[in-house]
Amino acid sequence: MKLPQTHADAAAEFLKDTDRSHWHDDTLWHVRSKRDASAQKIPEWEQLRTLASQIKDHVLSNLDNLLLQFEKNAQANGIEVLWAKDAQEHNEHVLRILEENQVKQLVKSKSILTEECGLNHFLEDKGYDVVDTDLGERIIQFNKQVPSHIVMPAIHLKKKEIGDIFHEHLGTEAGADDPQYLTEAARQHLRQKFIQAHAAITGVNFGIAETGGFVVCTNEGNADMGTHLADIHIACMGIEKLIPRAADLGVFLRLLARSATGQSITNYNSHFHRPRKDKKMYLILVDNGRTKQLGREDFRNSLKCIRCGACMNTCPIYRRSSGFSYNSTVPGPIGSILSPGMDLKKHSTLPFASTLCGSCSDVCPVKINIHEQLYKWRQVITKEGPSQPSKKWAMRFGGKVMSKPKLFDLMGRMARKSLSISPRGFVYNSFNAWGKHRELPEVPKESFKDWYKKNRNK
Amino acid sequence: MSSKESILAAIQKNKPDLLPLPEHPEFPVEGDLVEQYKSSIKSNGGQALEAKGPEDIRSYLDIHFQDSQMMLSLSTVVEGNFDIALAEDPHDLEHVDLAILEGEWGVAENAAIWLPEERLKHRALPFIAQHLIVLLKKDRLLGNMHEVYQLINVSDSGYGVFIAGPSKTADIEQSLVIGAHGPRSMTVFLLD
Ligand code: SF4
Repeated sequence: MKLPQTHADAAAEFLKDTDRSHWHDDTLWHVRSKRDASAQKIPEWEQLRTLASQIKDHVLSNLDNLLLQFEKNAQANGIEVLWAKDAQEHNEHVLRILEENQVKQLVKSKSILTEECGLNHFLEDKGYDVVDTDLGERIIQFNKQVPSHIVMPAIHLKKKEIGDIFHEHLGTEAGADDPQYLTEAARQHLRQKFIQAHAAITGVNFGIAETGGFVVCTNEGNADMGTHLADIHIACMGIEKLIPRAADLGVFLRLLARSATGQSITNYNSHFHRPRKDKKMYLILVDNGRTKQLGREDFRNSLKCIRCGACMNTCPIYRRSSGFSYNSTVPGPIGSILSPGMDLKKHSTLPFASTLCGSCSDVCPVKINIHEQLYKWRQVITKEGPSQPSKKWAMRFGGKVMSKPKLFDLMGRMARKSLSISPRGFVYNSFNAWGKHRELPEVPKESFKDWYKKNRNK
Repeated sequence: MSSKESILAAIQKNKPDLLPLPEHPEFPVEGDLVEQYKSSIKSNGGQALEAKGPEDIRSYLDIHFQDSQMMLSLSTVVEGNFDIALAEDPHDLEHVDLAILEGEWGVAENAAIWLPEERLKHRALPFIAQHLIVLLKKDRLLGNMHEVYQLINVSDSGYGVFIAGPSKTADIEQSLVIGAHGPRSMTVFLLD
């Protein structure tokens, strides 16, 4: 059986284009800096993070009751609530709704959940033309790609490439790459789609248990353009997206955009409670592995994630290797603790795609201990799964040597000698993955132990 | 077992012991709310102007809009030239150039204005219009989001939205572009 591509291999491909990888790194770091500036303006920032984390702790510990309360209130509001245990059932619900209502044209706003469920492919196979309306998502849809970032889906593309994509699909002038011009072309194109759509699919940022409504946040206004013109609104929501009270939004809306891009809030924050007169609103509650993750004590609080993307923007690995290297719907640090829970084999290298510097945990608005969970996954994976054979061997050998002080001393002496006289190609070669782009420190003449013996009486 | 039952059963089996739901402390905001509001909306790509009365708004309209443009006002302070009653369906709003609305509350920390459905007539209006003007009385300005959620009941309306600026995107190389799908500008008049 062919092993899935490792994160390191995928990253190596991205890193071949040095200019692009530097540019990617700088762009995301800029977003991270904006987040810092924005958070620092709020004196109670740390208090808000603690509150958000505690609210989500409560939600996870009371999820069954809150879901029932949410369903009851939503139904009373006239929303049809459906449950889906996995991606397949979710997609089938959507299909059934489209068929029942004889929907021909549909628009979709950003939803990572539908990405996770592979909804677009599923519907396209059934003959539907699914139009993604978030500008970044439309770009990558034209380009037959998936998002490389959960907040900025096309962050991996340069404007020149987007200009070429639009030239091909929207007939913009060849070579034109002015963002204003390209956005205007997309606006004209998507307006037609909004006007014609019968159904609009959206994600959900927050479901409110006490009122049975839900909140969708965008900057473009595309979720609203879609839902308010179409007859059918289908909202797809992961079961962990619940909050108990409307007042909790005060905490979460203050944190979300500031963490994501440094804005104080997204320009549109829409609260849906009832369908328009004679129109229909559906809400699909999706499990797809979430209840399993809830049962893993060490990893459960990854479910608190509000998908702000801050952990990606700050991650030194993500910034340099891009979202695609993770080969997972949610990339970056949070993806690396969520995805192994969904498919351990496929995603076994992701928890190793980290320096464990802890920056992700520091910026996370709901205080998920991301880097600790990465470390815990490593332990699980090393025990169970196929770690890289060369690494495994090295670890076993290392373990032996370290457990025997005499042997350790001997090996140290040998290494110091041999490293200082070895030709470069002997040390930095394809067997030493670590040595790519890295230099060993200068080899000391003596071990610390020898140095200490000589110096302790001085 | 239905999917609902199996999901609920899995949660019951896997969830941790009940943890308490924290109360919301107060986070009072100090300083000049009008000035804070103005600077917040500027960061969001919009603008806020102070107006003494209808004349100020009218003269703004005279400078920036022409009579030939379709202007729809749901405010009693200034009139438009298109009657919302003529729009039975939201698609009839496709060519609206300017929508003028009255906000219920404004939030100084982020410029968000609460607009429940009753103030929109059609939910699509503040999105489909090419430009948006919102009028807000200065005494309806609050400090932060906690305060506004104390005062509104979000489920009183079938739909309500916090709008904090014009439609914008930065999806092409992080360059900010105003006017992604919805309004190409948002101006808030703060009234005495
Ligand atoms: S884990 Fe935290 S920082 Fe990362 S996307 Fe989720 S909420 Fe944001």
